[in-house]
Amino acid sequence: MTNPIGDIAGAEFILAIGTNTTESHPIIGLQVKKAVRQGSILVVADPRKTEVADLAKSHLQIKSGSDIALLNGMANVIISEDLYNKEFVAERTEDFEALKSVAAKYTPEYTEGITGVPAAAIREVAREYAKAENATILYTMGITQHICGTHNVFAVANLAMLCGQIGKPHSGVNPLRGQNNVQGACDMGALPNVFTGYQPVISDEVRARFESNWGCKQLPAKPGLTVGELLEGADKGTVKGMYIMGENPVLSDPDADHAAHSLKKLEFLVVQDIFLTETARLADVVLPGASFAEKDGTFSNTERRVQRVRKAVEPVGNARPDWRIICDVACAMGYAMQYDSPADIMKEIASVTPSYAGISYERLESGGIQWPCPTAGHPGTPVLHVGKFSRGPGKFHPVEYVPPAETPDEHYPLVLSTGRRRAHYHTGTMTMRTGALEVYYSKEHLEINSADAAKLGVKEGDMVKVTSRRGSVELMARLTEIVPEGMVFTSFHFPEVAINKLTNPARDSIAKIPELKVCSVKVEKIA
Amino acid sequence: MADVTLTINGIGVSVPEGSTILDAARKLGVFIPTFCYDPELSRPGSCRICVVETKGSKNLTVSCATIARDGMVVETDTPAVLEARKTILELLLANHPEDCLTCGRNGDCRLQDYAYMYGIRSGSKFAGERHTYPLEDDNPFFVRDMNKCILCGKCIRMCAEIQGNNVVDFAYRGFRTKVTPAMDTSLAGSECVFCGNCVAVCPTGALQEKVLRSSARTWEIKKVRTTCPYCGTGCNFDLNVKDGRVVGVTSCDGDVNGRALCVKGRFGYGFIHHPDRLTSPLIKKDGQFVKATWEEAIGLVAGQLGSIRDNYGPDSLGVLTSARCTNEENYLLGKLTRAVIGTNNIDHCARL
Amino acid sequence: MDNVNLTINGRQVSAPAGSTILDAAVAQGIFIPTFCHDPNLPGVASCRICVVEVKGQKNLTPSCMTAVREGMVVETESPAVVEARKTILELILANHPQDCLTCEKNGDCRLQDYAFIYGVKEGGFTGERHNYAIEEDNPYIIRDMNKCILCGKCVRTCAQVEGRAVIDYAFRGFRTKVAPPMNNTLGDSDCVYCGRCVAVCPVGALLYKPMAGKGRTWEIAREPVTCSFCESGCQFYLNKKGGRVIGVSAGSPGLGRPLCLKGRLGMELLYCDDPVTPQLKKGDVFQEVSWAEALGLKGVIDKIKKLEGE
Ligand code: SF4
Ligand code: SF4
Ligand code: SF4
Ligand code: SF4
Ligand code: SF4
Repeated sequence: MTNPIGDIAGAEFILAIGTNTTESHPIIGLQVKKAVRQGSILVVADPRKTEVADLAKSHLQIKSGSDIALLNGMANVIISEDLYNKEFVAERTEDFEALKSVAAKYTPEYTEGITGVPAAAIREVAREYAKAENATILYTMGITQHICGTHNVFAVANLAMLCGQIGKPHSGVNPLRGQNNVQGACDMGALPNVFTGYQPVISDEVRARFESNWGCKQLPAKPGLTVGELLEGADKGTVKGMYIMGENPVLSDPDADHAAHSLKKLEFLVVQDIFLTETARLADVVLPGASFAEKDGTFSNTERRVQRVRKAVEPVGNARPDWRIICDVACAMGYAMQYDSPADIMKEIASVTPSYAGISYERLESGGIQWPCPTAGHPGTPVLHVGKFSRGPGKFHPVEYVPPAETPDEHYPLVLSTGRRRAHYHTGTMTMRTGALEVYYSKEHLEINSADAAKLGVKEGDMVKVTSRRGSVELMARLTEIVPEGMVFTSFHFPEVAINKLTNPARDSIAKIPELKVCSVKVEKIA
Repeated sequence: MADVTLTINGIGVSVPEGSTILDAARKLGVFIPTFCYDPELSRPGSCRICVVETKGSKNLTVSCATIARDGMVVETDTPAVLEARKTILELLLANHPEDCLTCGRNGDCRLQDYAYMYGIRSGSKFAGERHTYPLEDDNPFFVRDMNKCILCGKCIRMCAEIQGNNVVDFAYRGFRTKVTPAMDTSLAGSECVFCGNCVAVCPTGALQEKVLRSSARTWEIKKVRTTCPYCGTGCNFDLNVKDGRVVGVTSCDGDVNGRALCVKGRFGYGFIHHPDRLTSPLIKKDGQFVKATWEEAIGLVAGQLGSIRDNYGPDSLGVLTSARCTNEENYLLGKLTRAVIGTNNIDHCARL
Repeated sequence: MDNVNLTINGRQVSAPAGSTILDAAVAQGIFIPTFCHDPNLPGVASCRICVVEVKGQKNLTPSCMTAVREGMVVETESPAVVEARKTILELILANHPQDCLTCEKNGDCRLQDYAFIYGVKEGGFTGERHNYAIEEDNPYIIRDMNKCILCGKCVRTCAQVEGRAVIDYAFRGFRTKVAPPMNNTLGDSDCVYCGRCVAVCPVGALLYKPMAGKGRTWEIAREPVTCSFCESGCQFYLNKKGGRVIGVSAGSPGLGRPLCLKGRLGMELLYCDDPVTPQLKKGDVFQEVSWAEALGLKGVIDKIKKLEGE
């Protein structure tokens, strides 16, 4: 996020695109609700009539996967009506002309044809966004889990720069992370192309610094494989062994059957987790890690705030904190990796990571710190891009709408979209074992529009079979107006409804994020 | 903003204009009891336990809702004030079940604290009518015992002003006044999302976390502040620990969330001690997992990773780290991948 | 000594011959509730809350009095045991005032602890309530016999000191009561206010008056100190709340340790932030006295003054 969570409530205008904020990020949802109570304009772009859409002044019920068209359409209105922030565009951006020429095509009427959102609504929302004193854009997987996910993000950024709604309070471009430490994992270089703090592996200077700090001779310069490519490599036999810590790709990966199939081909698989997950079952060795309550450490939240995790109880049985296990493996492989405590590890992180350089456990005792925090005296950075962008002028990356990789046809006439439920989390490994959440929300269902249901002869509570080109699952139907005609929806939390057997592994070519939000399916009633 | 100066119990204090008498007293460290007051919520000034005497005014003044003025002379512990507080407590206790014996909030209850402080024995003066509302425990998260409700209204305001859900409100009148969802249903039959934020502000045992309050007494608990393991918001809360087990979660004043939490953060801790937890390293032998020692397991992992690296090159290995593990662990696994194995084949599943 | 082997809750344990089931369980960290039992006060097994089930035996057995035998199979939380304990607690609570709200013992009370553990709410039986006056006619100990569960520990600990035995059971049935001779008050007895009884009382029937109203048990941290007034070296506890010592309480009296008022007052004077002025009985009434007099040092101090004055 460019801006802190706490400043959303102060925004005059909020565009929530592809995020059911109140359900998947309930506490951020509180900020959105507060803003609405205080009179801010909330616009929600989502194919579903979600809870947050109910609160909105306008709900743009766009067709799945047409976000770029909508955002470009807004840019079109803003440019043609001369509402853009000329000062900001002139002083802080480049390539405006490129945006202008791409946006020209996306007249509100043209955009209506793609998105299904009335042209008048597009005009109104565009004007409101441009004219607001400050305006924030919130988005989640609804934006990124598409074959054009990276382009979607560009389109969002283009809009914010066009109107100068960035680099100041209550505005900005704000992705809401789905998992507690996605931000931290990325910050720590759990990515194939960067070290900590997004320092590129291809840079000789960066590698030289890490080589000297880590005491090793030559670090690899070639960017590595992404999760999807690793699984493909396993399938093809080029990847022979994997070490998986705390992830469950067999359930979370699109085309889950394929993920399991690939992992089974490995010569050696080690999985480190707190439960025997579907992925761990395939392993040759399983190492029992510690839960968040059993170890010290830090998480970095979606607004870049580094916060303490504190040990409250001893690990169960013989389980061990994951940081110790990693050290043990490294030592056994002949590399002396030794730390007294996670505080020690943070010292080292700070020493190799400019954006974390001022962060230490002593400082975190008195509260979280938002990076960049370059020195021990630096207060942290709640709002990014104030005054200037880190790369220099902000570059417009104009992008074109492309339809989803799979569109409904006569065999698979419905669009399946997936998402989250408030009471559950990710693949359900934790929330199905709490003694409370799974009691409350014990069964998953398929949301289906009553009109579609009537055509299929499906009644409330009927068991249905949902089938895509890749697989099928069975679950209970719930008739609702939340999803529009032509669309069905369910979550990916329930192992018994392994919905990712159906989803499309077609990936965005840049970020390699799979298109989990759209695939084509058919629904049949089970007799 | 300008300051105003007033005198409380004979001591001068200056506070910004617009502050209440209560704010000024707190600044001085002078104790004034409160039930319905909450710094983050609107102030109905309805419970009246916070009354004080202000010179020149005939009636006692509600300190949480009265703006401090220059030159005001306030006394917080005069006989008239004490008398008023005692009467309020006696009236509340007259309708209150005598249940501290096994009440989950025993030891962390404002009604009890003040009764002790002002020396009110239960039911001592007014033996009033008691409610006989049935206990509402038809949800797995918390119990509502409206017999213990003192009608402070904090849960209502929490739900409306912070949670923004407006699930509960006052219903009926007089002795029958009750806090309830629309149509007097149970919460389970309402729009309630079970965030438990109302429970976090309830000053008595009227709203109690089900598991926490039935497994530990308030004085047996050690609290450990931490960060939520679920979504990316990063809410802070206190893990409540008894005898080496996490028995519950309570709100603290979090950087991001204040006291608010969602149903997962507040009630989703049960997995920590779930019997399905892995408690020992496992090695697969003939298709079956067999328990192993750490030495064996680590030795096998290091040996296998090392030999694959040596036979096929470092890029034949891949590592997936976790968006659920700590920064420190992600960092170390990255270091292991790059410095020890010698590949950049590292990623995590956050794209999913 | 020989060991015998037995099974408690399915666990094989061994315990010295002659020890009780309770001893064996406690040594294994297995919880058994007790009211009247105290290792320093040889038992009477009157409260029955410690009953357990022994395989082959028809009736439940008080674990504090039953010696372990080879091959014994014991269950400490079987349904029958739990049922019995609940009944005992319900019966006690039926006669117990509902006073935890402001009771000084709240938070450190066995009756309350066990009621919580076994989920017994007041009023399973709504029995007759006593209406004894709360005894506050001496400056040191408050006796509220309405809360007494007749465990007899106070009687036994008092009798352990030669020549004390100030209190005993009086009357019978529902009227049974612990009292000084002639059903007098403590203030009107030979009581020396050593506080041994207060230290062992499992409920709020006996309390220290100087600490009443000064803090709740969960706010108070106890820190042991050893008295240096005589060679007995009795143990006391400093009661600390928010960094201040608010009172001194008697420790568990070891065998042969008398505990005395003078010692406790001495500790109060030395450690308390606000020591309460001592009182001594003059004739029939208590009167405030100087610390020197209360500690029996008046003569010595007078003499010192006189000597140093000369
Ligand atoms: S709510 Fe408070 S006063 Fe009422 S029974 Fe519980 S602890 Fe006692
Ligand atoms: S749990 Fe949350 S939603 Fe339900 S009544 Fe309480 S505050 Fe409102
Ligand atoms: S339930 Fe609790 S918070 Fe709500 S009005 Fe009653 S006492 Fe107040
Ligand atoms: S006063 Fe206390 S110690 Fe004495 S018999 Fe009663 S409960 Fe037991
Ligand atoms: S003696 Fe124990 S049970 Fe009785 S009122 Fe006091 S705390 Fe409650």
